[in-house]
Amino acid sequence: MNGDGFAVRAEGLRKRYGDKDALDGFDLRVEQGTVHGLLGPNGAGKTTAVRILSTLVRLDSGHAEVAGADVVREPALVRARIGLTGQYAAVDEILTGRQNLEMFGRLFHLGARRAALRARELLEQFHLEDAAEKGAGQYSGGMRRRLDLAASMILAPGVLFLDEPTTGLDPRSRLEVWDTVRDLVARGTTVLLTTQYLEEADRLASRVTVIDRGRAIADDTPDGLKNTVGGSHLDVVVRETADLPAAVRAVRRVCAGEPLVVDVERRVQAAVTDRVRALTDMARTLQDEGVAVEDIGLRRPSLDDVFLRLTGQTSGTAAAPGTTAVPDEKEVAA
Amino acid sequence: MSVALTVDPSRERPHGRLFWALADSGNVTRRYLTHFLRQPVTIAWQLGFPIISVLLYGFVFGEAMKVPGGGDDGDYKQFLMPGMFVMTMAFGFMNTAMAVVTDASKGVIDRFRSMPMAPSAVASGRGVADLVVACAELTILAATALAIGWRSSGGLLDTALAFALLLLLRFSLIWVGVYLGLVVPTPEAAGGLYAVAFPLTMISSVFVAPSLMPDWLAPVAAWNPVSSTGTAARELFGNPGAGGGTWVEQHAVLMAVVWPLAISLVFLPLAVRRFKALSR
Ligand SMILES: Nc1ncnc2c1ncn2[C@@H]1O[C@H](COP(=O)(O)OP(=O)(O)O)[C@@H](O)[C@H]1O
Ligand SMILES: [Mg+2]
Repeated sequence: MNGDGFAVRAEGLRKRYGDKDALDGFDLRVEQGTVHGLLGPNGAGKTTAVRILSTLVRLDSGHAEVAGADVVREPALVRARIGLTGQYAAVDEILTGRQNLEMFGRLFHLGARRAALRARELLEQFHLEDAAEKGAGQYSGGMRRRLDLAASMILAPGVLFLDEPTTGLDPRSRLEVWDTVRDLVARGTTVLLTTQYLEEADRLASRVTVIDRGRAIADDTPDGLKNTVGGSHLDVVVRETADLPAAVRAVRRVCAGEPLVVDVERRVQAAVTDRVRALTDMARTLQDEGVAVEDIGLRRPSLDDVFLRLTGQTSGTAAAPGTTAVPDEKEVAA
Repeated sequence: MSVALTVDPSRERPHGRLFWALADSGNVTRRYLTHFLRQPVTIAWQLGFPIISVLLYGFVFGEAMKVPGGGDDGDYKQFLMPGMFVMTMAFGFMNTAMAVVTDASKGVIDRFRSMPMAPSAVASGRGVADLVVACAELTILAATALAIGWRSSGGLLDTALAFALLLLLRFSLIWVGVYLGLVVPTPEAAGGLYAVAFPLTMISSVFVAPSLMPDWLAPVAAWNPVSSTGTAARELFGNPGAGGGTWVEQHAVLMAVVWPLAISLVFLPLAVRRFKALSR
C-alpha cells in the first residue's frame, strides 16, 4: 500500500460545525501493522477524526490517505479497505448473529456462499458460535461489541477504526475486547483506536496521539507519555490539614516528581519511578515524622494526569477539584 | 481454511454499478423481510391492526354512519372498506420512518455508508420491503373485507387498477418515511409522528364523505391526497360514496396518480439530500 509504511496519513484536517472547530489542523500518522491510540477527553474530536478517515464525513480542508487511498478522491477504494466500529454497536438487533454477518457479507459483495462461509469463520474467531442463532438484541454488551467487530472484519480490512470500543462495557467485556483487538493485530490489521482511558491506550497501543480541542498535542509511545506524567503516582492523604507541609516535605524527599497538593482532600501526590520502594520509604518517613496518615497508595496515571502536564489543565472528564501545583513549600504552609 | 477476502476489483468490474445497486437493494430487502420471519409477532401486529380496524369500524360505527346517496344499511361497510385500505397504506410511512430512524440512531446506516455497497440500496431496499408488506396487507384486508360482506362490483381491470393506485400511494410515502426517518433524532421522537398521521388520515374521505363535513373542513378533506386515492378506489370498486360535487372528487382517479407523483417528486429529492447531508 503506502510506500512509506503508514496506513493512515492525515495532515491539517479541519472540520467546522457551526462556529466550533471539531478538528482544527489535526495531524496523524499511523504505522502499518500497529495499534495506534487516539487519546482525548469527550468532545476533543476523536469521533470526527474517525468519521473523516472512514469517509463518513467530508473534511473542510486538509488531506488524508487511508490504506493508500485518498479519502476525498477515492472514497470507494477506502471503503473496500477499511473496517469501522463506531461508538455504538451497529448491528441489526432483530437478526441473529449469523444472519447479521451473512447480510453484511453479501453487502460486501462476497456472494451468498462465501458470505456464509465467512460468517461461520468469524463466529468461531470471535467466540460467538454458541450465540450464533440468537437474536443480537439478546446479546450482552460485550458479545454485541464482538459481533460488531466481527462485522467490521468481514473483508479482513487493512485498517480498522475502533471508536471507543470499550466505553460502557463492564470490566470483563472490556478484557474480551482487548484480547480480540490484540488478536486482530497479530493477524496483520492496522488498528486506530480512540479512547478516553490512558490505561486502554497503554495496554493496546504501541503509539498514542493525544488530541485536545481538535489538535494533536502529543504523539508518543505509551511509555514516553507516562514518562511525561512521571509514570505511577504515590498518593498520600493525611488526617490533619496541619500535617500537609510535613507530608509535602516527605514526598519531596522520597519521590522524583514535583508534588501536587489537593488542599480540600488533604492529599499530596507525586510521580514515582520505583513503585514499591517509594511506597515503603514513604510509609516509613511519614511514621518517623509523626504524620497521621489516612490513606496511602500507588495510582496509575490517568488521562487527567497527561492533560495536566501537557496543557496545564485537567481534561474536564474527571477533574479533581481544588488541584494546585506546588510552587513552593512555604505557600502550602501559609 | 480462510476464504479469499480482499476485495478484488476485477470481480466487481464485469457487473456494472446498476447490477450492484440492484443486488445490494435486494439484500437490504431480504434483511427487512427476515425481520418478519424472526418476529412473527410483528407480522401479526402489522396485519392485525388493519383487520381489527375493519371489524371495529365496520360493526361499531356501521349503523351510525351515513353515506351520501346511500340508504340501505350495509352501505357504510361498502363505503368504509376502501377507506381502510387507504388508511393502512397511508399509515405505512410510519413504519418506514421508524425503520430508518432506528438504523440511523444505532449506527447501522453509518456502517452501510462505510461499506463498498451502493448507498441508494439503503432506501431502495427498504422501499421494496415496504411494498411487499403493503401487498400482504392489502391481500389480508381484502380477504377480511370480503368475509364480512364487502364487494367490488367493478370489473377485474378496474379492481386491479384500484389496488395499483393504493400501492402507488404507499410508494410515494416511502420517500416521506425515509425523509422523516432521517430528520427525526430518535425512535422515541418518531412516535410523535402519529400526531401528524392521525389528522392527515382523519380529515379525509376515509371515514366520512367530505360533503358531510363542515364547509370550512370539506375542501381540506377533499384535497387530501388520501381522499383522492380513497375516492378513486371507491369509484373503481363501484362502492358508494365515491362521488362528490367538487372538481377533485370528480377527477379522483387522475388525482390518485397526480398526488403520489407530486409527493414523490418533492420527497425523493428531499430524502436524497438529507442522506447526502449525513456526510456534512
Ligand atoms: N454533527 C455535529 N454537529 C455539531 N457539532 C458536532 C457534530 N459532531 C461533533 N460536533 C462537535 O465537535 C466536537 C468534537 O466532537 P467529537 O468528534 O464527537 O469528539 P469526541 O469523539 O472526542 O468526544 C464537539 O464539541 C462536538 O460537540
Ligand atoms: Mg466520540
